[in-house]
Amino acid sequence: MSMLHTVNKSPFERNALESCIRLAKAGSSVLLMEDGVIAAMQGTKYSQSMAEAMANISFYVLGPDLKARGLSEGNVVEGVKVVDYNGFVDLTVAHDSVQSWL
Amino acid sequence: MKYGILVNEGPYTHQASDSAYKFTKAAIDKGHEVFRVFFYHDGVNNGTSLAVPPQDDRHIPDQWSALAKDHGVDLVLCVAAAQRRGILDEDEAKRNGKTSHNVIEGFRISGLGQLIEAGIQADRLVVFGD
Repeated sequence: MSMLHTVNKSPFERNALESCIRLAKAGSSVLLMEDGVIAAMQGTKYSQSMAEAMANISFYVLGPDLKARGLSEGNVVEGVKVVDYNGFVDLTVAHDSVQSWL
Repeated sequence: MKYGILVNEGPYTHQASDSAYKFTKAAIDKGHEVFRVFFYHDGVNNGTSLAVPPQDDRHIPDQWSALAKDHGVDLVLCVAAAQRRGILDEDEAKRNGKTSHNVIEGFRISGLGQLIEAGIQADRLVVFGD
């Protein structure tokens, strides 16, 4: 059973992403949204753990939330896919359930 | 696919109301069914008819209201959360001896059972909050 995890807080503010990566099963996906998009940026102290987790988990980031924060898609960690709200909906279809890490 | 949406945060607080609205709109535009949007905790403030945001800002309660009007989405406010926060429809106002009510068109007040039902009936329950 595959699960879509959504993380909406910056890893610098809360440990939701850390917990999510620790508990997400292989084959599941993580969507970074709202302030959570910060984690998708290259060169942060979380880039390494993201890269390691990518062996088992797929990462996505919500493009409109990057744009709202002045963050460029060009600076997103390699392997993280940028999606819009339509893509968000498609992700919920592609997975059996959605877990929001609030 | 059939969706249930849970909104736990008020409008203009962080981003949950906006994200929930945009997701709901995208799902409908893609041809999915949104069975119900349930507003819980501070989320009930999305249903006020008295919000007057600046003219150049989005009007979140109106956006939801339009969604109900245009697409028949069932918008439900948790009764206990709403009463605490002074969100009353005509019936609740009467029942509690209040002289005015402030639930915007398209929303209705009901109980937590409606959230449970949405969880059972929907293929996916997507939660927005803080």
